[in-house]
Amino acid sequence: MSVEHHAFHVTEHLPALAAVVPLVGAVLAALVRNGTIAWLVSLAVGLALPVISILMLWEVQASGPISYALGGWAPPVGIEFRVDLANAYLAILVSVMAGVVLAGSPRSIDDEVNPENRAWYYAAFLLCLCGLMGMIVTGDAFNVFVFMEVSSLATYILIAMGRDRRALVAAYQYLIIGTVGATFYVIGVGLLLAMTGTLNLVDLAQRLPQIEATRPLFTAVAFIIVGLGLKLALFPMHLWLPNAYAYAPSSASAFVASTATKVAVYLLLRFTFSVYGVDFVLPETPAATLFMILASVAMISGSLSAIFQTNVKRMLAYSSVSQIGYIILGIAMISETGLTGGISHMFNHALIKGALFIAVAAVIFATGAVRIDDMAGLGRTMPVTMGAFVIAGLGLIGVPGTAGFISKWYLIQGAAEQGMWWIVAVIVVSSLMAVFYIGRVVEVAWFRAPLSDAPRRAPPELVLAAVALAVAVVIFGFFTEFSAGVASDAARVLLEGYAR
Amino acid sequence: MIGDHLIEISPGLVIILGALLVPLLRSQMRRIWMLALPVIVFFYVLTLDHGQHGVITVFDLELTTLRVDRLSLIFGYIFTIALWLGVIYQLHVKGWLEQVAGLVYAGSAIGAVFAGDLVTLFLFWEGTAIASVFLIWARGTEHALSAGMRYLVVQVGSGVLLLAGTMIHYGQTGSIAFESFDIETTAGLLIFISFGIKAAFPFLHNWLQDAYPEATVTGTVMLSAFTTKLAIYSLARGFAGTEILVPIGATMTAFPIFYAVIENDLRRVLSYSLNNQLGFMVVGIGIGTELSISGAAAHAFCHILYKALLFMSMGAVLHRVGTVKGSELGGLYKTMPWTTAFCIVGAASISAFPLFSGFISKALIISAAMKEGYFWTWMVLLFASAGVFHHSGIKIPFFAFFAHDSGMRPKEAPLNMLIAMGITAALCILIGIFPGPLYAILPYDVTYHAYTVEHVVTQLQLLVFSALAFTVLMRTGLYPPELHSTNLDFDWFWRRGGRAVIRQAQAIWVGAYRGFVAGSWRRVGVLIEGLYENYGPDGPLSRTRPSGAMALWVSVLLTGFLIFSYI
Repeated sequence: MSVEHHAFHVTEHLPALAAVVPLVGAVLAALVRNGTIAWLVSLAVGLALPVISILMLWEVQASGPISYALGGWAPPVGIEFRVDLANAYLAILVSVMAGVVLAGSPRSIDDEVNPENRAWYYAAFLLCLCGLMGMIVTGDAFNVFVFMEVSSLATYILIAMGRDRRALVAAYQYLIIGTVGATFYVIGVGLLLAMTGTLNLVDLAQRLPQIEATRPLFTAVAFIIVGLGLKLALFPMHLWLPNAYAYAPSSASAFVASTATKVAVYLLLRFTFSVYGVDFVLPETPAATLFMILASVAMISGSLSAIFQTNVKRMLAYSSVSQIGYIILGIAMISETGLTGGISHMFNHALIKGALFIAVAAVIFATGAVRIDDMAGLGRTMPVTMGAFVIAGLGLIGVPGTAGFISKWYLIQGAAEQGMWWIVAVIVVSSLMAVFYIGRVVEVAWFRAPLSDAPRRAPPELVLAAVALAVAVVIFGFFTEFSAGVASDAARVLLEGYAR
Repeated sequence: MIGDHLIEISPGLVIILGALLVPLLRSQMRRIWMLALPVIVFFYVLTLDHGQHGVITVFDLELTTLRVDRLSLIFGYIFTIALWLGVIYQLHVKGWLEQVAGLVYAGSAIGAVFAGDLVTLFLFWEGTAIASVFLIWARGTEHALSAGMRYLVVQVGSGVLLLAGTMIHYGQTGSIAFESFDIETTAGLLIFISFGIKAAFPFLHNWLQDAYPEATVTGTVMLSAFTTKLAIYSLARGFAGTEILVPIGATMTAFPIFYAVIENDLRRVLSYSLNNQLGFMVVGIGIGTELSISGAAAHAFCHILYKALLFMSMGAVLHRVGTVKGSELGGLYKTMPWTTAFCIVGAASISAFPLFSGFISKALIISAAMKEGYFWTWMVLLFASAGVFHHSGIKIPFFAFFAHDSGMRPKEAPLNMLIAMGITAALCILIGIFPGPLYAILPYDVTYHAYTVEHVVTQLQLLVFSALAFTVLMRTGLYPPELHSTNLDFDWFWRRGGRAVIRQAQAIWVGAYRGFVAGSWRRVGVLIEGLYENYGPDGPLSRTRPSGAMALWVSVLLTGFLIFSYI
């Protein structure tokens, strides 16, 4: 009994730790001003967070959602951190990706970031991580906004540190657009507060059905959905994304690309399902139809753009636009299968995109090449890195035996359940387009003569990070207890909503 | 006997796993291993018992990875034999990429043949697609790279249709068993089209002539054996007796002849004739009687051998001379006598000369067509048989090895190629003379006697008059005498109008095909330029200075959302 009591005591603080640990780390990294020590601090955070996240998931699986009253002020008055299956899943995704990227990145960062900025880089990285984790664990609508700003501001800094001078412009563009998105979100939250008098998400969910005047409510819904849509780069609000990903330092691209948009998607899920609820607002607003259409267009249009890109990072970025389409598509189906597909695709896509961006980081380190044509012959000179790239690329296409197949399988099943064959067609066409843009890199890397004989040796930890993620892509193509199993439980939790 | 095996593992998987060892082995060991692997698997296939084995459960689905019956066995045998011959033929190739790709490709095809359910079939189906494209890319030419890409997209597309059909089928019937389907259902139709793409049905066929001639010398030999015959197997399994297959197959036998006749690249000629041979099998499956299905299987069996033999001989020429353009070759028999002889055996087999393998297999299909009263189909098949003789039986050996002396004196093919061709040629003749063993392993028991006086005489008449026509035309000078400078041979027939029309049609169709698979967007310039303007690095949908556009889109979406909410 005493042991159980003890265990409960530790797990009680896990949600707070998830946000506080990176915050403390960021302060430390900023104070030491030394790149190497700052990296060690970040690495420690990056290794601790996955543990915290996994413990959270266990705790949630064992005894239901964790509610943590920040500062001892009980919700709904105080700020509540609330973790259930859906955000525990996301927390694992974000913290694992952060850990892998941090472990792999030191020499790549040394290569791409000015020496005097390295400690700041890690500080910004950890702040970004803190913001993302905060958005995930918090159960308070305004607190979400605060963390959103923390992560966004840190992301602007990360992007601006890219060596390319266009990075500054890209960061500036993202700053303006990101602020628009956050402002939309906060306007929506303000309207909700005015109508219900609460900011606590669970409380909101319970009070919303009692509101009789639905017009301001719809306005709030519209602002929040559009604001989040911008943050998650939903077509056509994706234009900020390619530059941000393309010109950031390589390992920042890898981290941001695999996590930031996913957290925005999570918030969208949280608001659409947990707060508004499946039977209350969703049937009365065009949200589902809008998502369905925009997602389908994103899947085709994003892939099409990816095919035409000459810069490999921009190509991957556009592919992200289309992959976000898959995720949103799953959400728009409003069914357990569809949601499972969407949620598991968040995880699978994070692994895949992470592996691809890290492989590209290794290529950039070794050869400086960011244009696809400059990658000629790399299959022979950097077989391991490019091997990881290809495996992850197969995952992106959705080849059976890779993680990408699992989520697409659920998505297709979800579409088939509702008889939406055109959606199946869109998924298929978009996947075929992925064959094309990934195949282009494979062809250049393996079947063209190398441009230079001996590229610089890529740092082993970077290559290892790419390989580890590529291996994970294959493993999660076969063992789906976590990726799809927990996702389907999370889908059920979301469909139930807070209100019940 | 299968109970004796510790694991009931699909022979295809054995080959795929074995292929993974190849990069680890060094020169001599690698050769021995690659030669041994198909032999081991062949004997493993021999020990298989009829029935459903290797059942595993994934995602609540029961997968039957090893379904053994007479239909899967005959394809299992010939695929392992073809793989072995292919391995011998490519022994001289250095580097492991092509070797591994070839083994994985063949392994996937064999795995697919033994698949008892649609999901397993799909996995191996995509396996053949992905592995085989490396055989094309390994050629390394610009043409090969883009043709490979087009090939890949089409093949993967076929797999995706199969998957879509599988899911619908599963949704409607709750079963994923790979048995016969009804083409009238959505699921059946999707699966049918998927098979049809791989079987190179008319209008779905261009990937074949597009990609095969671009593959490596050894790659084409492998390619010719597996992809399309896997489709034939699948059709025989899933759509036996589907009426529509008869006209489809008949069209397939006839139309490639016209293209084959005007084509100059001899490996492309063979690709067209491959398409034509598939037509015979498709007709056999469409008729759907025991005799005709067995005929299709037998024909596939023989066809794999003689088509591989022909591709091997042309591959040897390409290997030594560097080209297989009919107009540039000629007189090679002087220095490549063995290759010439083997090529003639292949040509005789495909033309169905008595005592050669084609004779005893094609006959099953043609007589089934007559028996079931498909008179017009029967006529088309006869016409096609004569046509085959023209373009494969005469044209290939004649223009490569005889005709005008090109002055080239290449060395005889490498020893391993000669051995591979020799064994294949021997098999073609043996089967032709002793059809008994082949008849014994057909999917159904058929009592058929190929060597009746009537059959032999009919066939000889057909061939003799065909040859006569050719000779007369040559002798009377109706054939253009400067054969080495004209790039086409039978084009005399097409000079006045016909050729122009066919070339035009071909140009349009090939152009549309290439544009469609987006392999070379130059060909559909305007559309792609338009897309590029919008989606390219500088287009509005990929603009690098997006703030204004973003603000606009955000307000549009917000307004739209609100309007629709209030309505």
